[in-house]
Amino acid sequence: MTALLTESRFPDPDRAYRALIEAHRGLSDEESAALNSHLVLILANHIGDQAVLQEAIALAKQSMAQPEAVSG
Amino acid sequence: MNTRKALYQFGYRRCPDQDRPSPAHHPVVVVGAGPVGLCTAIDLAQRGVPVALLDDADRIGEGSRGICYAKRTLEILDRLGVAQACLAKGVTWKVGKVFQRHDLLYAFDLLPEDGHKMPAFINLQQYYLEHALVERAAELPNLELRWRNKVSGLTRRNDGVTLSIETPEGPYDLDADWVVAADGARSGLRGILGLAFQGEVFEDRFLIADVKMQGDFPTERWFWFDPPFHEGRSALLHKQPDDVWRIDLQLGPDADAKAEQSPERVLPRLRQMLGHDDFSLEWVSVYTFQCRRLERFVHGRVVFAGDSAHQVSPFGARGANSGIQDAENLAWKLALVLKGEAPERLIDTYDLERSAAADENIGHSTRSTDFIAPRSAQELRFRNAALALARHTPFAKRMVNSGRLSMPSTYESPLSTPDQDVWAGSARLGAPLPDAPMRDRHGRQVWLLEALGDRETVLHVPNGAPPPPGPRTLVVGEDLIDENGLFAQRFDSRPGSTYLVRPDQHLAARWRHPHASAIESASRRLHGREEGHA
Repeated sequence: MTALLTESRFPDPDRAYRALIEAHRGLSDEESAALNSHLVLILANHIGDQAVLQEAIALAKQSMAQPEAVSG
Repeated sequence: MNTRKALYQFGYRRCPDQDRPSPAHHPVVVVGAGPVGLCTAIDLAQRGVPVALLDDADRIGEGSRGICYAKRTLEILDRLGVAQACLAKGVTWKVGKVFQRHDLLYAFDLLPEDGHKMPAFINLQQYYLEHALVERAAELPNLELRWRNKVSGLTRRNDGVTLSIETPEGPYDLDADWVVAADGARSGLRGILGLAFQGEVFEDRFLIADVKMQGDFPTERWFWFDPPFHEGRSALLHKQPDDVWRIDLQLGPDADAKAEQSPERVLPRLRQMLGHDDFSLEWVSVYTFQCRRLERFVHGRVVFAGDSAHQVSPFGARGANSGIQDAENLAWKLALVLKGEAPERLIDTYDLERSAAADENIGHSTRSTDFIAPRSAQELRFRNAALALARHTPFAKRMVNSGRLSMPSTYESPLSTPDQDVWAGSARLGAPLPDAPMRDRHGRQVWLLEALGDRETVLHVPNGAPPPPGPRTLVVGEDLIDENGLFAQRFDSRPGSTYLVRPDQHLAARWRHPHASAIESASRRLHGREEGHA
């Protein structure tokens, strides 16, 4: 992995995280899934680099592959 | 278990004010002898302002209250004369660890550098802090602590307040120029004035247990997401003095508060967490929490401080710490106003500076709570994604939020004179000064913050020109020797560098090459006298 940046880039990551949480407040689960899909497409286009996108997909799948955290 | 034991009992005593035909007059009455009220009263008394401190109870009780006191709070307590007692009793720590399941996700160090008098944090049961403060208060002849004095009424006048007070021997009235309402989250004064206390209510319930045991866990803050002993939830373990451990378990929004407090429910949970049952319970309760604040902290001559003005979730230890910082911000301003050395509008900057601090604390505490207690399936997915990615990437690690621990606020304040020069180092305009080890004229070791004390001070690094005039100037290299260069490093000082320090040890102004008139003008500004401010 070389093209994908994984170091922390927001000056205040907590605020960025909160912005995502707030965007979903009041949405149904289906609406949340739709919002995320829209966001992914918008951000993918913003990145505009096929190699970075492929690396991001691979990293997401890799981190999902570990023993899943119990939900509840 | 949940009947509060009285650990320290104090006596109600009749005071001469109760026998006067007309209300006695006091410059300041502080209501509430918790940490915030006690600190306010002690600070005022140390600054030569006589204070009456009222409390409706007559004891300090046990209970699951504040346990973590941050470096800046300890520096304030040091100035108030109680830090040594607290340090001697408290558990000093600076490392936090965050786990998911069995695995350590990351560790953080809250004070990675040496050369500070105070540690990053101590843990101490709140009653020990209160007891130390009550003992300190008793040493001050101009501070009068009146137990079982409950404020039942308040009349506002243009130049003060009349309080109606109930005692075991009947009511009496008091006149005060200023009233500080430090009467806690359920503030009676806030109720009497009918002020709204608004914000966000969180639904998740948490179990808090103080457990007495011989444990070989290190003196670190350990936080688990989804621990094997408490699946799908979060847990916190933190050491207090007397072999007592604070345990905090997330129960979820649907938990039955009453049932969860019963020993049949609590003991197995703790047994599973600790891996043994060689412990006894000191305290158990189930709580929910809120993040909310008054819109304004100053209402004429009534000033709210601490939990009466703002309330946060416990994640981050921002309740007592921010309250004590309120106390320190208010005390010097009230003292200057009462002595006629500053206009009354200086108090408006208390509202401004501490409102911003409250927003900062509420923001941190809210964002921590969002992460610790997700409210929906989607929020939980985000949280679990961040935790999973944290094992692979630095960015996600930074998003994992188990509570951002209390740091002092940097004031964006009309009392500060904006920087004209470029500065490096860790000192920041509007922030408390970083401490540094120094020697005095006689070669004795002294900490920078000790030397500054509670007075407005000009710190000056000589450059051949005569030191700037002022009520109090300390010359670095003469009055204070920067033996190992930490002052120079932290303040980015060179010959000529000059700093104006507020009575609360925050940085008000700095210059590479100051003129006497610039220092004078910055000092006027610090006193709220500069035109066009606030």
